[in-house]
Amino acid sequence: MNIVPESGVGSASALVEEHPCYSAGAAHRYARLHLAVAPACNMQCRYCNRKFDCANESRPGVVSGVLSPEQAVQRAGEAMRRLPHLRVIGFAGPGDPLANRERVFATCKPLRLQFPELHLCLSTNGLCLPESVRDIVDHGIRHVTITLNTLDPEVGAAIYSWVFWKQRRRRGLEAARIVLEQQLAGLSALLAQGVLVKVNTVLIPGVNAEQVPAINRLVSAAGVFSHNVMPLISAPEHGTYYGVMGISGPSEEELHQVRSRCQGSAHLMTHCRQCRADAAGLLGEDRQAELRPVSLLGNRVIPIHRPKPALLAKAVLLAVATSTGERVDTHFGHAHSFRVYRVTGERIEYLEERRVPRYCQGDDRCEVTDDVLDNALQVLRDCQGVICARIGYTPWQALAERGIVPDNNHANRPVREALRQTALQLQENSGSRNCGLAAAC
Amino acid sequence: MALSITEECVACQACEPVCPNDAIRFKSGIMRIDKNACTECAGYHELPQCVEICPVEGAITNADGTPMNPPGTLTGIPRKKKSV
Repeated sequence: MNIVPESGVGSASALVEEHPCYSAGAAHRYARLHLAVAPACNMQCRYCNRKFDCANESRPGVVSGVLSPEQAVQRAGEAMRRLPHLRVIGFAGPGDPLANRERVFATCKPLRLQFPELHLCLSTNGLCLPESVRDIVDHGIRHVTITLNTLDPEVGAAIYSWVFWKQRRRRGLEAARIVLEQQLAGLSALLAQGVLVKVNTVLIPGVNAEQVPAINRLVSAAGVFSHNVMPLISAPEHGTYYGVMGISGPSEEELHQVRSRCQGSAHLMTHCRQCRADAAGLLGEDRQAELRPVSLLGNRVIPIHRPKPALLAKAVLLAVATSTGERVDTHFGHAHSFRVYRVTGERIEYLEERRVPRYCQGDDRCEVTDDVLDNALQVLRDCQGVICARIGYTPWQALAERGIVPDNNHANRPVREALRQTALQLQENSGSRNCGLAAAC
Repeated sequence: MALSITEECVACQACEPVCPNDAIRFKSGIMRIDKNACTECAGYHELPQCVEICPVEGAITNADGTPMNPPGTLTGIPRKKKSV
């Protein structure tokens, strides 16, 4: 059976040409949106450490917040309005989409009705793939990525810490054999259904480099569309096994060398940006911070922070972008001034209004937007955080780099409420969980 | 006889659907086990399912407060390295 028509909407050519991960050409033209409805996972890969509330790290498995299916559909609607070239909705984590089947498929149903022009896509470790193929096809998902890191269970035992399989946690060779068997069975079943399959292989130096050419041959012979050999992302602050144990990703040269040994018919993908599980926009263009935060998407919020301590110990200096001082109603970049407050426990003191000079200060650089950002950074330099209705990615990064935590979770909320919650949040995050990338983490 | 979830929980929600007693709910930032409903899976499974799927060391304890997945048993990261 083949579910793909030869031309028109959903045709084989549109499936490739409109999907940024399947076509390097599409990556420059078409946007994708990852909906983070899948927090759970059914196995532990040693290159992965999921983070559910991190705005800073740019890697798979990381999201700012988990969405309920209802929230995810709202976010898709907003993205449709704001990202004119949106073509693809992907389910990419932070856990494994097929370990969260109900949530993923409950999201697909309304999406297909409301946005039939969008392609639905998911990526999986493959563990639950064989029993999910029917549902995947029935829910209109025509692109599936499987992460296949080895064909040898001995090697797999060094990559996977454990899998949850048939009511128990399995480890070592047993775990690796189960994963491989499921991945290969799932791969065949998807291809038999005419689903466009991409295979991801994480290149882990010293672990699976010798496996990659064999994987490439196997998936090419099976009819996989594209093979993505991607470098291990590994840093101690990510908290992954490889990161903490000091096992680094490959050099450019190593990666190139391994890729050059992949000569099969599957397209070798080299434009992968290893996106977050809540990415939005063109590949490599992070626009998820521009979409409304989880806390504003309807009532069915799934809070992901730990319980808050009752009282704050020390004072926090916070700036707020607000026109009247009543509500957080101003975009960071549009703020002509910030109101600065000191928050100590339950006590909120208004200190002053600080104006942001809007014009060139007479130095050599006269690029207005840069100057406005520099001026804002200058007037906020002693603040621990800044609360605004919205904020672009560039200022977000600039603030985070200076240890000033941007917060856009309280758009249109009362200023005092936003101050209290943000101060609490800052105190929580300043504890032992600091990842070192930014004060917010 | 019931298990508990500690504040180590990251609320990945993996435990919720595998509980045969429907005893696990999301509440106040973490998952919680209803002590009256939890049987540690007695009568359903040989092993408590939340313990088997939980990815976080120390997040589930038994009635004595002993971690069911002690440090080092899930990530393979030695305990002293964890503070990195």
